[in-house]
Amino acid sequence: MDAALDKALGIHDDALKLRSQRSSVIASNIANADTPNYKARDLDFQKMLSVAASQQQPAVQLKTSHAGHLGGSEGSGQPVSGEMLYRTPTQPSLDGNTVDTQAEHTRFAENTFMYQASLSFLSSKFKGISYAIKGQ
Amino acid sequence: MALFDNFDLAGSAMSAQSLRLNITASNMANANTIAGSKDEVFKARHPVFKAVMQDAQEHTTGVQMAGVLEDNTEPLAQFSPGHPLADPDGYVYSPNISVVEEMVNMMSASRSFQANVEVLNTTKQMLQRTLSLGE
Repeated sequence: MDAALDKALGIHDDALKLRSQRSSVIASNIANADTPNYKARDLDFQKMLSVAASQQQPAVQLKTSHAGHLGGSEGSGQPVSGEMLYRTPTQPSLDGNTVDTQAEHTRFAENTFMYQASLSFLSSKFKGISYAIKGQ
Repeated sequence: MALFDNFDLAGSAMSAQSLRLNITASNMANANTIAGSKDEVFKARHPVFKAVMQDAQEHTTGVQMAGVLEDNTEPLAQFSPGHPLADPDGYVYSPNISVVEEMVNMMSASRSFQANVEVLNTTKQMLQRTLSLGE
């Protein structure tokens, strides 16, 4: 993505990526609600987002010798990996499963809500950019 | 994109739960099936699920049927000498299936199925909103 556009969008594209990743992790938990010995997992959203934000400025930049050259800042290109944690079970179960379906449902709903929030932030950013381009 | 993985995840869970529902239904249907000897008695079956890694990078885990366990509890012997299937001692045998237990299994399976349908619907909405971004 173009560096200027990337900067204009701020942290929201990374947040969107992480939210979709988290929704898959929680969907895995819900899918495995009846699997023996399955341990519910989640990711540390805040930590991963701060890692993603710090990756926005790449360590190595392309050398530019002309004002029209691009810096090649594809910083947020690679997937952010890391903090996958296990949930602390609230109730013990005989089959070793630690999924609390109700809790996972609320987390899934919350995550979806936050995803839509990021989407509307991005949407208004795009509207702003388009207004700036067209001037009307 | 991680959101597309949700379809595979919820799909695998839904097919696993519907298999479980099938097995429960056949257990219930055969709860009163009578046999003439202990060996011929219908054996209740119980599915066992296992988690399968779908995408190591995205940490998504689907569900698969690991196998079906046969219930080895002793069949119930019933003294009924007039029964055409009765053995020389006058006994017929029926499987030791608790219909109440199977009903609970059925409810659990259908609730889990519903939960995954919900995940699927929500994911679909999320993707649709993403597609209409910037409009």
